[in-house]
Amino acid sequence: MNATNHNAIEVTKLKKQFGDFVAVKEVSFTVETGEIFGLLGPNGAGKTTLIRMMTTLTPPTSGTAEVGGHDVVSDADGVRHAIGVIPQALTSDPELTARENMMIHAKLYGLTSAQRTQLIPQLLESVGLSEFTDKLVGSFSGGMRRRLEIARGLVHSPKIMFLDEPTTGLDPVSRTAVWEMITKLKESAGLTILLTTHYMDEADKLCDRIAIVDHGQLVALDTPTKLKDSVPAADVVEAEFDNPPADWDTTLGKLSGVASVADHDGIRHISTTSGPVTVRELMDMARDRGVNVRRVSVQGTTLDNVFLYYTGRQLRDAASDTVKRDMSHLYK
Amino acid sequence: MKPQRIFAIIERDMRKFLRSPALMMSSMIFPLMQLIVLGYAFGGKIKGIKIAVVDDDRTVYSRDLRERFGAIVAGPQTMQVENYNSVSDAIVDLRAGFVRAVVYIPVDYSRRVDQGNRPRIAFIEDNTDNFVTSEILGRMQDLVKDINQGLNPFQPGQRLTVPLPRLNPLVDLEVVELYPYIEYIKYLLSGSIAMSVFIVAMIGGGITFIDDKSRGLHEGYLVTPITKSELILGLIFSGAIKGLMAGTTITIIGGLIAGIDRLWDPVRLLYLMAVLATTSVAMISFMFLLMVRVSDPLVPRAMFGVLNTLLYFPSGAIYPVEGFPVWLRWISYIDPFTYAVHALKALLLKNAGFSAIYSDILILSGFSAVLVILSVAFFKRQI
Repeated sequence: MNATNHNAIEVTKLKKQFGDFVAVKEVSFTVETGEIFGLLGPNGAGKTTLIRMMTTLTPPTSGTAEVGGHDVVSDADGVRHAIGVIPQALTSDPELTARENMMIHAKLYGLTSAQRTQLIPQLLESVGLSEFTDKLVGSFSGGMRRRLEIARGLVHSPKIMFLDEPTTGLDPVSRTAVWEMITKLKESAGLTILLTTHYMDEADKLCDRIAIVDHGQLVALDTPTKLKDSVPAADVVEAEFDNPPADWDTTLGKLSGVASVADHDGIRHISTTSGPVTVRELMDMARDRGVNVRRVSVQGTTLDNVFLYYTGRQLRDAASDTVKRDMSHLYK
Repeated sequence: MKPQRIFAIIERDMRKFLRSPALMMSSMIFPLMQLIVLGYAFGGKIKGIKIAVVDDDRTVYSRDLRERFGAIVAGPQTMQVENYNSVSDAIVDLRAGFVRAVVYIPVDYSRRVDQGNRPRIAFIEDNTDNFVTSEILGRMQDLVKDINQGLNPFQPGQRLTVPLPRLNPLVDLEVVELYPYIEYIKYLLSGSIAMSVFIVAMIGGGITFIDDKSRGLHEGYLVTPITKSELILGLIFSGAIKGLMAGTTITIIGGLIAGIDRLWDPVRLLYLMAVLATTSVAMISFMFLLMVRVSDPLVPRAMFGVLNTLLYFPSGAIYPVEGFPVWLRWISYIDPFTYAVHALKALLLKNAGFSAIYSDILILSGFSAVLVILSVAFFKRQI
């Protein structure tokens, strides 16, 4: 089967129910071949359940998912051969060395001895673990283990990679290293990558398209830029002035695109549809009125704003109110 | 020092304890089970020991003797009597462990009784089990004493038409021990070897398996194309290899400590390895079936003691199965330890051949096959 003629992943009305709790509510989306697709949402949003259904680890309650042209239920084996999966938990064996971990997986995928001896050093090299080849994984940092697992997931040259929260729990340096690896993979190997994350910056930096998941549903799906554009009045201009006149706030409120002006200890927070336009007009106005602008800055739309706009909540709030539900189904 | 902080720690620990069924089980069920199992497993009245009787005399005198055995079978039930036609057949079965002793009434018994010429009965015993041996030997000595003292000589044989003459000199009981004297350490060795296999199964098949599962390591394997049966057979065979390694090591070290004769006999070592291999597969598949749906790492730890008591003590490793009450015998029948211990004792204490162990190997293999099939059926490949 030639996967390039297909979308890499086609999910149709996929649903998963644990008892009374519906973890994933009839979700549909497609992932195009060669793109990095992000599922963005708080803990407990259903991201892991979605990934587990797509990677044949959890059977769907209803709906279908085709991965690499194979149905996850009727052709689970076909899916397993086509995909590489990096689960959220660190799944490399700490009691084995990096090479041994790779070796065992290569054998599970039926690689020949010649393929193994050629491929394993290459893959370890590509994740920067060459010098740790024969070290026990138990001595690795979280970032090193994660990189090893990414290499391990590539041992059978999959067409599609699933990464479930690949950088959760990693320090900033390791996160950057993992991001670079993911980008490199896409470019060099032409892989289709589906990753989940609850980090806005990660989704923004890595993904070609992002699906925002909340309470088991997709609430938005587009490129990061378009998602940000779709949010009205999302820029915030912060400005500080020397001795502004009494009607200054009202004046600022009349600039084009401005939705509101708030004064926090002398610093004006101006919500506007377009930060740059507002700043230009603000500077002109200040010069005309003889007001000295001490400081001005624009905060562009972030995916935080996007998330807030589509879910009505800050990501961190969403995380705290879903965490209990998340636990309850995990321990069932 | 603030009492509130002490109470906080107490509260935390109590809440955790009360919420953990595995801990509750190990702390409460385990001691009770040990009381019951050990209480009944040790020092019970030994019953139903199979002995072979070979009567080459076939006269009223020898019939009187056999009827006296009949009285023991019917009364205290210490023994079950099997009649054999030839001593050599009886001794073959004695060596294979099918009977525990042979009573031989020689052809000249009645003639010597009539002549008053030291009539003799031979008592050939499997002395590998001191508990059993001393029990039946005691009965035999009582029986001979009864005859010699002339106590109720007609009582068991009321239908006798010939009055027994006064025996002088008395009947001799000639005791033949089939094996050299066996110290208790040699007796225990088989149980210890089986125990080493059990511990490997418990740690490898139980604790490590559940720990890997709860650490999420299994998820890394479940996303590969491996099937349920491949995964389970892999885990079972790896456990069996470890069990075989541990069992062989303990056989050799324990054999040296206990002073087993001709420990390096290659044929016997081969048989021992065969028994250890089947025992390992049986124990690891047993453990695997028990753990197939468990995910709490405390469970296998809590079950360790319970299983140890429930499997080791009823196996006949430390006290003969013949001393158990019926319910405990039933546990011993379904306990893989029993067959392992039986086969190991036959090899180590009696230097028996394949005929003495093949039934144990067959039972253990059948047992493993059923457990593996059940494990595959119950194993959830999905999360």
